Formats: sequence, C-alpha cells, structure tokens
Amino acid sequence: MKKLSTLNRLLILIAALTLIPAYFTPLWQISLWAPQYPEGLNMKIWIDHLSGNVDQINGVNHYIGMKHIGDEMFPEFEYLVYVIAGMIAFGVLAFGIGRRWALYSFFGLITLFGMLVLADMYRWGYEYGHHLDPTAAIKVEGMSYQPPLIGYKELLNFLAYSGPDTGSWILIGGSALLIFAILRDRREKPTMI
Amino acid sequence: MKTNNWLLAAGLFAAAIAPGCKPKGAQTAITGDAASKVYVAPGQHDEFYNIVSGGFNGQMSVVGLPSGRVLKILPVFSVNPENGYGFSEESKPMLNTSNGFVPWDDLHHIAISTTNAEHDARWAFGNANNTPRIARVDLNTFKTVEIIEIPNSAGNHSSPFITQNTEYVVAGTRFSVPVGENRDVPIDTYKDNFKGHISFIGVNPESGEMDISFQIEAPPFNFDLARAGKNKSHGWFFFSTYNTEMAHTLLEVNASQKDKDYIMAINWKKAEEYVKAGKGTKKKVRYAHNKWNEETHSATSTIKEEVLVLDPKELKDMVYFIPCPKSPHGTDTDPTGEYIVGSGKLAAIIPVFSFTKMLKAIENKDFEGELSGMPVLKYESVLHGEVEKPGLGPLHTEFDGKGFAYTSMFVSSEVVKWNIETLEVVDRVPTYYSVGHLSIPGGPTGKPHGKYMIAYNKITKDRYLPTGPELTQSAQLYDISGDKMQLLLDFPTIGEPHYAEAFPASLIKDRQVKFYPLEKNASPYVLKGIKDARVERKGNQVHVYMTSIRSNFRPDNIEGVFVGDEVYFHVTNLEQDWDVPHGFAVKGANTAELLIMPGETSTLKWVPEKEGVYPFYCTDFCSALHQEMQGYMRVSARGSNVPLKYSTGESD
Repeated sequence: MKKLSTLNRLLILIAALTLIPAYFTPLWQISLWAPQYPEGLNMKIWIDHLSGNVDQINGVNHYIGMKHIGDEMFPEFEYLVYVIAGMIAFGVLAFGIGRRWALYSFFGLITLFGMLVLADMYRWGYEYGHHLDPTAAIKVEGMSYQPPLIGYKELLNFLAYSGPDTGSWILIGGSALLIFAILRDRREKPTMI
Repeated sequence: MKTNNWLLAAGLFAAAIAPGCKPKGAQTAITGDAASKVYVAPGQHDEFYNIVSGGFNGQMSVVGLPSGRVLKILPVFSVNPENGYGFSEESKPMLNTSNGFVPWDDLHHIAISTTNAEHDARWAFGNANNTPRIARVDLNTFKTVEIIEIPNSAGNHSSPFITQNTEYVVAGTRFSVPVGENRDVPIDTYKDNFKGHISFIGVNPESGEMDISFQIEAPPFNFDLARAGKNKSHGWFFFSTYNTEMAHTLLEVNASQKDKDYIMAINWKKAEEYVKAGKGTKKKVRYAHNKWNEETHSATSTIKEEVLVLDPKELKDMVYFIPCPKSPHGTDTDPTGEYIVGSGKLAAIIPVFSFTKMLKAIENKDFEGELSGMPVLKYESVLHGEVEKPGLGPLHTEFDGKGFAYTSMFVSSEVVKWNIETLEVVDRVPTYYSVGHLSIPGGPTGKPHGKYMIAYNKITKDRYLPTGPELTQSAQLYDISGDKMQLLLDFPTIGEPHYAEAFPASLIKDRQVKFYPLEKNASPYVLKGIKDARVERKGNQVHVYMTSIRSNFRPDNIEGVFVGDEVYFHVTNLEQDWDVPHGFAVKGANTAELLIMPGETSTLKWVPEKEGVYPFYCTDFCSALHQEMQGYMRVSARGSNVPLKYSTGESD
C-alpha cells in the first residue's frame, strides 16, 4: 500500500486531535423562540450531559404532553466518551501507520460516526415527538411533532432551531482536513505510477 | 394639507386679535421639538431611573426619564395589598416599630448611595416622617430590605441625607420632643423639657446594613432639611433649622418672628473622635430594627434598647450655627462642596455661604454669640453673597455641574437658574403650580449628570383631566442642556412626591435580579420540588406546604380543616424564569393576596370562620392555563371527623 506524505500524516493527526474539544465544548444546540421569549430558550447537548434552559423548555413542552427532557433520557451519555476516545486512538494510530488505507479508514469511521449521530438524533426526535401524553392540555394536530434535525421549524407559537455547536464545528473542520488530505493524496497519485 | 395650513393661520390670527382678559401666560411657551425629546420609542428604554418619594402613600415610585412613565410602585413604609407586603407572614416584621405594627407612613426624601460623592446606585434610602424610621431599598431587586426606627425623634423630616461615601445616613428631628425616662410633661415647659436630636446612622460599606452610630443632642428647634458636605467640605453636615423661637403653639406666627434662623453645621469627623474617645453617654431608648433576608425570604424585627448620645454643650468644636434668613427650608451644598445654599422660605434673598470662609471664621473665633455654649458665627463672615430678587418662597436648590444652581420658588411658582460664583440670575421658568422639590440627575452629588430637571409641584388645578376634588400630583420635565430652561413634559405622579433622585439607567439595569435560585432558598417552609407538597396538622395549626408552577398548585384538594384552625399556606413558586410570578388568594381570607416571585416562598395565614368549600387561585396571569390554576379547601365544623386529606390530580 501507498505511503502517505508527511503533511498528509500530520493532517490525520490534527483531525484526530480536533476530537478532543468534544470533551469540554457543547456538541449540539437546540433553540426556541416565541413572542414572549424574545431572548430565546437554549439547550446545549454535551458529550455526557445537557445544559441551558432545560427546565424552562420542559415547562413549556408539558402543555403539549412532551416527555420531560433530562440526562437520563440519553443512554448515549454513558458510552459517547468511550466512542470518541476510541476514534481519537484510531486517528493517532492512523497517523503512526501512515498508509493510504489508514487515512481512508479513519475518514470512513468519522463519516460513519457523523451519520450514526444524525440517525440517532432523528430517532430521538421521533420518539420525543410521537409519544405525546394523550391527556395533555393542548392537542397537537396528528398528535405528533418531529423537531428539526438541522435547521428551523415552527410549532404553534415557537420557532425551533437545531444545529451543531462548537465541538461539532471543530470536528467538522477536522473532517474537512481529512478530505483535503485525501484530495492531495489522489493528486499525487499519477506521479507515483 | 393646504386647507389645513390656511385654517391654522386663520386660527392663529383669530387668537392673536381676540380680546383676552387674562394676560398671555407661558402655558403656550412649548417649542415644537419638545415631543421628540421625551419620546421613547416602543421597546426602547429610558435613559434615567427616577426614584420618587411617594409622600403620604409611604412608597417610592420608579419612573423612567425622559418619558415620565411609571415603572413600579415600590412599597416601603405602607402595606401593599398588591404584592402582599405587610400582609404575608414573612413581610409583617418589616413594619414593626416600638409602637407595634404600623401599616402606613409619610415618605418624603430619597437618597441614592454614593461613593466619592458620585452615584453608585446600590441602595435608595427613604425616610418615614410620622413614626421616625429610615428604610434601605436594594436597587438590584427594587425591594425594601431594611428599616430602622429612630429613637428620641419625631417628624423625621431632616432625613435621609447621606455623606459622600455613604458612611452615614442622617435623621434630624423636625418636632423636638421630651426624651428620657419622664416624657409626661406639660407642653408649655417646651424650652426646658424638649430636645432636638440628630442621628447619625452608620451604613456598612459592603452589606449596606444600618446601625445608629451616635446621636447629637441639639436645642429644641425644628430641623427641616440637611445636606452633607462633599469633596472639600467632606466631614461636615449642614442642617437647616426653623422655629428657633422655640414656640410650641401657632407656629405659623410664633415661629416666624426672627429675621434669621440658623444652619447648623456639624463636624461629624470630630463627633467620631468623641465617640472613639468614649465621650458619649448611653441612653435608654426603644426602637425596632427590621431586616429582610433574601435567602430565607423573610424579615426579622429586633427591639434595641440603647443609643449613644453626644452633648455638644460639653463637647466643643463639633457644632456651629450659621445665621440664615428666614425660616430656611432647604440647605444644599454645591458639587465642589464650597458653597452652602440656604433657602429661606420667607426671605427676600438667597444666601450662599462659603465653606472656606466658615472654617476661617471658626479659626478666628468670629462669633456673634453662642447658644448654650455652641458658637454662633457672624453672618457676614461666612457669607459668599446673596442672590438678589430671586423670586418668592425659595425652597430647594439643585446643581447642574456647570456652575449653575436651580432654586424652586414655591410662592411665585417658578424655577430660577443662577450662577453660583457671580450670584446672577440668568434664567427663570414658570411651573404649574407651586413647585416643591427639584431633581436633576446626580444633582445632589459631586458629579451631576445634568441634561434634565424635574419640578415636583404641589398643585395641579387645571393641568389634567379633572378627577373630582382629589387631583393628581404633577411633575414637569425641563431640558437644561442649553442656556435657557425648556419645558418638555408634564406627567402625573403617584402619591405626593417630595424629593426624588435620578441616575443613569446604565448604572443598574444590567445587574437586576431576575429570579431567586431555588437551591439557595433557605425558607423553613420551602419546597424544592413537587414531591414534598403536603399538609401537616400541629394542634389547631394547619400548615399547607404548596408549590406553584405553570399551571397548577400542589396540593390542590385539601380536606380535614376545621373552623377556627390557623391555616398557613406556605407557597413556593418553583419557576426559575424571569417574569413568571404566581399569585395566591383564597376566598374570604381577611388579608391580601401573595405575589410570589420565581424561587421565593411566601406565607398567607387564614383563620376560616365558617364551614364550606373555599376555592383558591393564582392571581397573576401566568400562562395559557392560568384560569385552570386553582384548587379547593374544605372547611368542616370543629369536632367533625373529616380526616386530613390532600391530593393533586386524583380523580374518582
């Protein structure tokens, strides 16, 4: 297998290190605005806990019978720390191996991780939005509400936003470095033959 | 458009030639752009907070400037059924005195805390005139957090004025009264048995907590108003006096005989030395000291029994008298601290005294006599000069920081602007009508913010839509940024405002408390969540530990309460969000509602007198399901065997 250039190897290392901020920056954010909440309500999802206006959001959501959001609702908080640690380890390993397959595997792993996270988020949003308490004060049309996966969506008097937060943006930047490394590597290819 | 202009021109012409029996007044002297200068667009904030005394309503009003909009009525010395102040079990001790619970007072003056003679706006102080007290309001919560009663005092009018670093807040007695063990004396022994006392109340620089440091015994004059020296005169305090005739009847005549009364100058640094040297005498008194605790959300009242009194007849170099024409009301010191303005209600001039000259006169012993051993300085030796023909009935003077003074003229209903150095009158404007106090943002400090002046008028007559015999009080806002004062706005006020202070909103608006963190709530009756909601019986007391959160009370069905029980509703508002108070009221309760801020616990006591089922409900429209926020308490005949039972959300 082809050996990687030093710069490409360094790009792998940097990409692996961009996973570290995930431990001390929020990964995802959900915001809500309403006429009487001009300042907005904001919830942040970290690697192993929630923060922000979780209580206020629960207070508002109980009118339509949504479940109480809390750390216990996310079993992911139990193992996400290990998953990310594993990915960092794999990245560092890929840097050490320094071969093309390692770069592709690492990129594949991160892409897979991102897709799984999105799928998991969608699943959670579906569960949260489709199991409304039938005795709730306000009946939502169709008794279901799928929160936005990424972007904006309106529900009653609220506009909801969901999107990546600091930790994820850094991670996305890291993945971009990997794409850059792959492109560089592919351009070098003809000269090697 | 064209037609309108013609109509306007025709109207103006008709008005100009119309024969009027009343001379043209300055009522029309509003210039075109006044409206835009006071217009605060929807969603925008006012530039200044104006903390306004409520006079006989015993409260303070919080007003935004320049709009003149009332933002809040802040209960201080009077009960306020609107939010349960003085009615809830927690707040009742705030209004305790040595005479028991007093539900009302007359609040005249405001002092906003200062550091280095500049507003720091941490606290607002207010005086109770009738049952002498001083209150401290926390400007982060706009809540009365402390009230201290003043012993040996009556008619606490010369109060609450503060020193430049808020070291002391003072309380001078307006009515001299008999003090000590035997106070049952004939009124006509006034000169022998009556005393005037000036109290210096120390303010803790960190917590703001007050404590009477010492009192100075003074002759039985009427002490009217006061101002601390500042900057160069820091360390001194000036009190205006009237009734130096020492009359005890028909003061209108008998206290207006002398051509000159006095401004009493107190060297309080000297007084501190005497206190330190143990020269004071401890006197037996009784006064209440009430404190609000923001963590237990409740007040405590302690009766204290001792006060330290300094006698200036014995302790020299502490008190001097400056002769001042005639029955002076306000005494005000300019931003530099050099000039002391005495506003003699019945005087034809305004005397301005020089602090430098006063020190010199004291050094040279330039005395014209003495009062019970206290020196009276020579008028001419202390005088900087007199403002001539200022108007009629000068009362109060404020400063703009640009070398000018503004004096209110009660009798001639005008404000007169004059140059402090040259004593020349440079401008005058009418007020509608009979102006009392003036307020310029930062006006009493070493660094006035200028820009506006507010006149607080005593009479409104025809200025507003009439409302029967009792009319609104009024304030008027003037632009003082130019050479000429310009009337911008009339606005009605609450109660009867006397003094007010204003300061830039930026000083405090970003440090406002939004709610009380539940985890810090240390009330003995707090509930930290809905799980612990319960009812407990202790003899004939029933304690309901209740939570409120949008949109329910827990518990909301209560049975097993008997006629004659003392029922205590301890309600905790579990919300942790800004602007979500919950109210609580129960049918037939002989008290006011509770208005409970997020994270706060409040108690309503009720002794039901008749059996039946009594609804209770939330009184503050809190949410879309506010009308559903209700519950029932069943009251049974004493001796019946209805078991104690409580629940939420259980149906049959």
